[in-house]
Amino acid sequence: MHVLFKRWAAMVAAVLGFIALGIQPSNALVEINVAGGNIEPLPIALLVFGGDDAKLSADIVSVITADLKRSGLFRPLDPQSFIQKDMDVNTQPRFGDWRVISAQVLATGSVFRQSDGRLRAEFRLWDVFAGEQMIGQQYFTTPENWRRLAHIIADAIYERLTGEKGYFDTRVVFVSESEPKDKRVKRLAIMDQDGANVRYLTRGDDLVLTPRFSPTSQEVTYMSYAGGNPQVYLLNIKTGQREVVGNFPGMTFAPRFSPDGQKVIMSLQQNGNANIFSMDLRSRRTTRLTNSAAIDTSPSYSPDGRQIVFESDRGGSQKIYVMNADGSNPHRISFGPGSYSTPVWSPRGDLIAFTKQHEGRFMIGVMKPDGSQERILTEGYHNEGPTWSPNGRVIMFFRDTPGANGGPQLWMVDLTGYNERRVETQGFASDPTWSPLLE
Amino acid sequence: MKMNGTFMRGLRVAAVALFVAACAQTRPDNIANSTVAPGTAQDFVVNVGDRVFFTVDSSDLTTEARETLDKQAQWLQQYPKYTVTVEGHADERGTREYNIALGARRATAARDYLISRGVSADRLRTISYGKERPVAVCNDASCWTQNRRAVIVVNNAGS
Repeated sequence: MHVLFKRWAAMVAAVLGFIALGIQPSNALVEINVAGGNIEPLPIALLVFGGDDAKLSADIVSVITADLKRSGLFRPLDPQSFIQKDMDVNTQPRFGDWRVISAQVLATGSVFRQSDGRLRAEFRLWDVFAGEQMIGQQYFTTPENWRRLAHIIADAIYERLTGEKGYFDTRVVFVSESEPKDKRVKRLAIMDQDGANVRYLTRGDDLVLTPRFSPTSQEVTYMSYAGGNPQVYLLNIKTGQREVVGNFPGMTFAPRFSPDGQKVIMSLQQNGNANIFSMDLRSRRTTRLTNSAAIDTSPSYSPDGRQIVFESDRGGSQKIYVMNADGSNPHRISFGPGSYSTPVWSPRGDLIAFTKQHEGRFMIGVMKPDGSQERILTEGYHNEGPTWSPNGRVIMFFRDTPGANGGPQLWMVDLTGYNERRVETQGFASDPTWSPLLE
Repeated sequence: MKMNGTFMRGLRVAAVALFVAACAQTRPDNIANSTVAPGTAQDFVVNVGDRVFFTVDSSDLTTEARETLDKQAQWLQQYPKYTVTVEGHADERGTREYNIALGARRATAARDYLISRGVSADRLRTISYGKERPVAVCNDASCWTQNRRAVIVVNNAGS
């Protein structure tokens, strides 16, 4: 944890030492075993940016504020409480005014339109108690990229204060669902991680499922029923170009990229069995990795590319297995009750997220790659399909609701299990896949 | 005070056209007319029965399923001009990818049984829709039972 968070945690502990006595903690989250603990969010003051376009400045600060708040790690303070109402980005704040309202950090900035039409944004982050500048940055971009500018500033704040990369300047590809449940139309769509700027990538005339973002490029691999022949495809998000992955004698599904983006790993259905194959996108060479009379699917590489986690019912019901990238040494890692599916290796390598079904409930959880320290982060009627933020701190998934009018929506939860939020989409949405940080 | 200058990383995203949703296709699943002409696809649906059902997470053929498949095999041998698509489906109480494979397993079980009853393998094709094409949408076991199915779709032969 970063030193500033440590200082804040110590201050919170000192206060709670008085008021926590005799207060029974809430029982609402009793099933959730929290490893990281419930972090008290850091109070941050985000002063409206100066500049020549008041609305644009306000919009940018509002996107930064929403990003930081959604992370659960920050508590943006109410601007009504600010004593120093406006200040030039190039002057030192009156730190005393910010200490009085208990701000730990203060962000100030400005945005100007240059004569060439581009935006010039300046931004500073201040440690209020130390009275020091923590970040000073200048950015240039075109006006239509103002939301990305805001996300990049939010990432800079997140990284400076947590010591880890942020995840705000990212996108999510998902399956947008419309029409009644028995006539669903599904389209691939892309949006910013906060739900803004939705665009459709496919038309809806073919059933499309399970998009997975490339960790290295603006491409997704997904399953499409185009031409009545369900297969794995590649789609270039920028050009719209798509192609079938490989030439397999049967249905291919459950695709995912290798960490270097050079391979796609997937299941091939052969009669009643599904086995896992990889295909090198350059040489087009395919390699069989499992050969079992079972359903082996949902493969996902470790970030070093050396291992693959997958689900299999080879032992009678769906469990999670890990094997070497060449298919050797498959061994089961999940041993709890119920069935386990859709394992996804964290980009940090430290955890595997999964869907678990037990006694009619669907949960999203994480476990270490050796299967130990299983923790359930959320549970309910139906939760499915985790995808990791690129920094491995947040999981997005979809939650379905029952009945004729029910349908899936996107949610995110961080690794503490406490900070769970819906990701707003128009209509139903499922199968989210998180992009890497944009370039 | 220090101010670092950085240019924003390449910020352009290709424009992607907005498309209009296509209409979902419909199929005559529930025809309740017993006066259909013999030897038609409708005859197969109404008088033979076009689907068999499975228990939870299973692709084993029940006694009832075998009886239906026996009748189907008989009909298909009587009308050899038809080819057949065997669709496998799962209920919504599973994860998407597993259900795709489970649907394939069910379609394979139905296809293999028809072959064992004399229907030529080259008339039979399978496809799995997993949990993506439910026929019943309520939230209880009565609907899930209807959705765990293999549907034998008779393709209209060039007639």
